[in-house]
Amino acid sequence: MSAFVELVRRDVGLAWREGGATGTVLAFYLIVVAVLPLGLGPDLKLLSRVAAGVLWVALLLSALLSVDRIFLNDKQDGTLEIMALGPLPLELVVAAKAFAHWLMTGIPLALLAPLLGLMLNLDGAGYGPLFATMIAGTPAVSFIGAIGAALTLGVNRGGLLLSLLILPLYVPVLIFGVSAVSASITGPAPFWPPFLILSAITLASLVLAPIAAAAALRLQL
Amino acid sequence: MQRFANPNKFMAFSATLMPWLVGATVLLFLAGLYVSFFVAPPDYQQGETVRIMFVHVPSAWLAMMCYGVIALSSFVLLVWRHPLADVSAKAAAPIGAAFTLLALVTGSLWGRPMWGAYWVWDARLTSVLILFFLYIGLIALRRAVDDEALAARLTAILALVGTVILPIIKFSVEWWHTLHQPSSVLKIGGPAVHSSILWPLLVMAVAFICLFLTLHLAAMRNEILRRKIAATRIMRVERAAAHQAQPAE
Repeated sequence: MSAFVELVRRDVGLAWREGGATGTVLAFYLIVVAVLPLGLGPDLKLLSRVAAGVLWVALLLSALLSVDRIFLNDKQDGTLEIMALGPLPLELVVAAKAFAHWLMTGIPLALLAPLLGLMLNLDGAGYGPLFATMIAGTPAVSFIGAIGAALTLGVNRGGLLLSLLILPLYVPVLIFGVSAVSASITGPAPFWPPFLILSAITLASLVLAPIAAAAALRLQL
Repeated sequence: MQRFANPNKFMAFSATLMPWLVGATVLLFLAGLYVSFFVAPPDYQQGETVRIMFVHVPSAWLAMMCYGVIALSSFVLLVWRHPLADVSAKAAAPIGAAFTLLALVTGSLWGRPMWGAYWVWDARLTSVLILFFLYIGLIALRRAVDDEALAARLTAILALVGTVILPIIKFSVEWWHTLHQPSSVLKIGGPAVHSSILWPLLVMAVAFICLFLTLHLAAMRNEILRRKIAATRIMRVERAAAHQAQPAE
């Protein structure tokens, strides 16, 4: 367990000292959300209606930008092989790295989302549910993303391929996330069922994604 | 030795099977196309467009069956490391993508006169579209990785991940649909299909299954031959390199 915590601390520390990663992702999130009204028009009623969906889709795109970095640096300088030889099972190494990714991108994105909701005229009842669904859903984004990152590790410029592989797998997260937010704004459907299913997807991905990603990593080490 | 023996046995077995499969496919398609164009009556609501269903429905079934074949082959590859399983998974992916595309295209051609739009964000259409993306992902990942054995295993992992997540996607998309537009649930002439339409459909379905088996088998044979050719080429180059190296020493 201490090795797990240490690995998370190391990855968070690295991301923090590098600085750029989290900032770039947040800036990307901001600019995607800022560009969309330019395409849709400044109609506040329309923006208010699509706000939850826009914020979720932009969050997925922003997270995709950084997901391929989960293993890449450690693979390139050989650290990943040392980790694979170490006492921690590779599944837990994957889980630690995906968890660190969530801490450094998922949470900041979820914190930024309500602010961007203001720009999109999100309904007042939606802010709490938006933040809650994003906190509940972004771990799945990081963990499912880790599968894609592990699969495309050996591919040159794998980022594009990664998006192709992973975006279809994000569909359930997107649908239940947006359903829960819009249910709490417009009713009459209740907030809890989609939210609980979203949480279930996250929990399942916490268990299953490390197994798949570790299997993919083992082939390439 | 089992590893080398089995592809050879497969080649011999499939060579005897191929003509029969091709014959059955051609005959079934002749019969199926004849009954679907000339015998089956036009639907009282859909008119002549109901005939699109005779291609559309079997393609959609095959689109799902193909993924089943890929998932099963991937599992066999990862657990027993059987080389034929990889050949099967590799051969099935483009065929599955083609059937999925056929289902989507025929569906949208049918949708234009029936629903008034080429594309509707209906639950079923959306989940089939996502299935198509998964097929594209499988093909793209295999193409992107240079090492063939590694590509096979990575693709197999992706296929199994897809198997876990496909039911969730399908379920979520259906849920999403009922939340937002419950009024536009459209079905093909209701659940009860008249027998005059049903039996041409079944003939076409069997014809499509035979077509899949033929294409899959042919693609597997091609893939095995391709690998043999690649292996002999490498051996020849190595031998030539050894010959060249000898006088220098």
